[in-house]
Amino acid sequence: MLKHALAVCALATSLSVSAADLQIEIEIPRLDVAEYHRPYVALWIEQDNQHITDLNVWYDLKMKNNEGEKWLKDMRQWWRRSGRSLELPVDGVSAATRAVGTHTVNFSRDSAALKPLKAGNYELLVEAAREVGGREILRIPFSWPAQQTQVARAQGSSELGRITLTVNP
Amino acid sequence: MKPMFKWTALALALCLPLSANAHRAWMLPSATVLSGEEPWITVDAAVSNDIFYFEHFPLQIEGVGEPLVMPGQNPAAKAPAHPRAQLQIFRPDGSLAQPQFGNTGRYRSTFDVQLNQKGTWKLAIANHGLLARYKENGEMKRWSGQAADFAKHVPKDAEQLQVTETSSRMEVFVTSGQPSEHVLQPTNNGLELVANTHPNDLFAGEAAKFTFLLDGKPAADLKVTVIAAGIRYRDELNDMQLTTDKDGAVSITWPQAGMYWLEAISSQPIKNPASPASQKRASYTATLEVLAP
Repeated sequence: MLKHALAVCALATSLSVSAADLQIEIEIPRLDVAEYHRPYVALWIEQDNQHITDLNVWYDLKMKNNEGEKWLKDMRQWWRRSGRSLELPVDGVSAATRAVGTHTVNFSRDSAALKPLKAGNYELLVEAAREVGGREILRIPFSWPAQQTQVARAQGSSELGRITLTVNP
Repeated sequence: MKPMFKWTALALALCLPLSANAHRAWMLPSATVLSGEEPWITVDAAVSNDIFYFEHFPLQIEGVGEPLVMPGQNPAAKAPAHPRAQLQIFRPDGSLAQPQFGNTGRYRSTFDVQLNQKGTWKLAIANHGLLARYKENGEMKRWSGQAADFAKHVPKDAEQLQVTETSSRMEVFVTSGQPSEHVLQPTNNGLELVANTHPNDLFAGEAAKFTFLLDGKPAADLKVTVIAAGIRYRDELNDMQLTTDKDGAVSITWPQAGMYWLEAISSQPIKNPASPASQKRASYTATLEVLAP
């Protein structure tokens, strides 16, 4: 189920963010559950429902014999679009799971992740799946490259909190 | 208890998944889309009325547990007239793997497979043979077996002799990592499914296209039945009844995520001087998993 809660506003003045060309803030919500495991999270970019590039995959990298990879398929859209064809771990994409809170990831236009982006309209996808928990996927449209700073948000309702995408010109 | 009768029924169910008593043989994998290094699956195999419920007999498989012996039944006296099913487990490169941790219980067999090669695996149970009905000394007899053994077992001058060529195939597909195509190649023997849509890339709300072949040729006007798991918890069977087009193709739009059982049966008269059969009956069944998008 896709939940859209989208707000796009062009900011007149440039924000004091770092030199990141694309910045994503991801809120991992605090959940009142008896058994909590940090969610697996995949961040990637699509165009017309076609996978373009992976930004990040957060999963349990430290388990022996790579057993943490066993649950990657639970992010089933990402697994279908990209994960199943990857040789893991992927440098610059694979990363450890994150704790409850808001996390910021930055990408420069020269990074391996963003280099494939030609000018056009895209969607950021954020998919989260949690052991003994649920799964949620959010989409945020954006255009690339930004003519002016674009800020777009989506609000998750279960496994994800607020996602904020900032694209700087 | 009348074990003889039951064993006969079971053997028949194995040869003809949709026999008169409607017992169906099936395999149910624990997962069909897997990630990780060398993931394991476990598979249930049974013969039952209702799909995916264990309520009649195990599907007995060579190399999986011991032949079923009921309490109070003398193992030596039981009727092993019909051999256990021959399971083939194909790795993505086509080589064969063996079932592990096999067990046969009262209602089901189980076995495990470690997917130690990336790509699509196929589990298949295929049978080809003859089924003969005839009258001998005023009594109706039934024989089933390989065509080569027909003359040995069925009297030449049998009265009311009716012979049917039977062929059945039951398949399960499982993918570790990226789906692959090698094991999807048809053998061109009996009724088979050619997956235009990969069988481990099925999603609710999307249409999948499958083409059926009978002995390698498109099976037009073939009846295909698709039943979703969970029959016990609904009033209607909600089976989808489809018919293949002139190219042997059907399009199936999956109403919801879950396990599905697919069956196709073809039955037609044949004229082959080399075969005593006047009828050819072929069936294909598969257990397919559909994921939520």
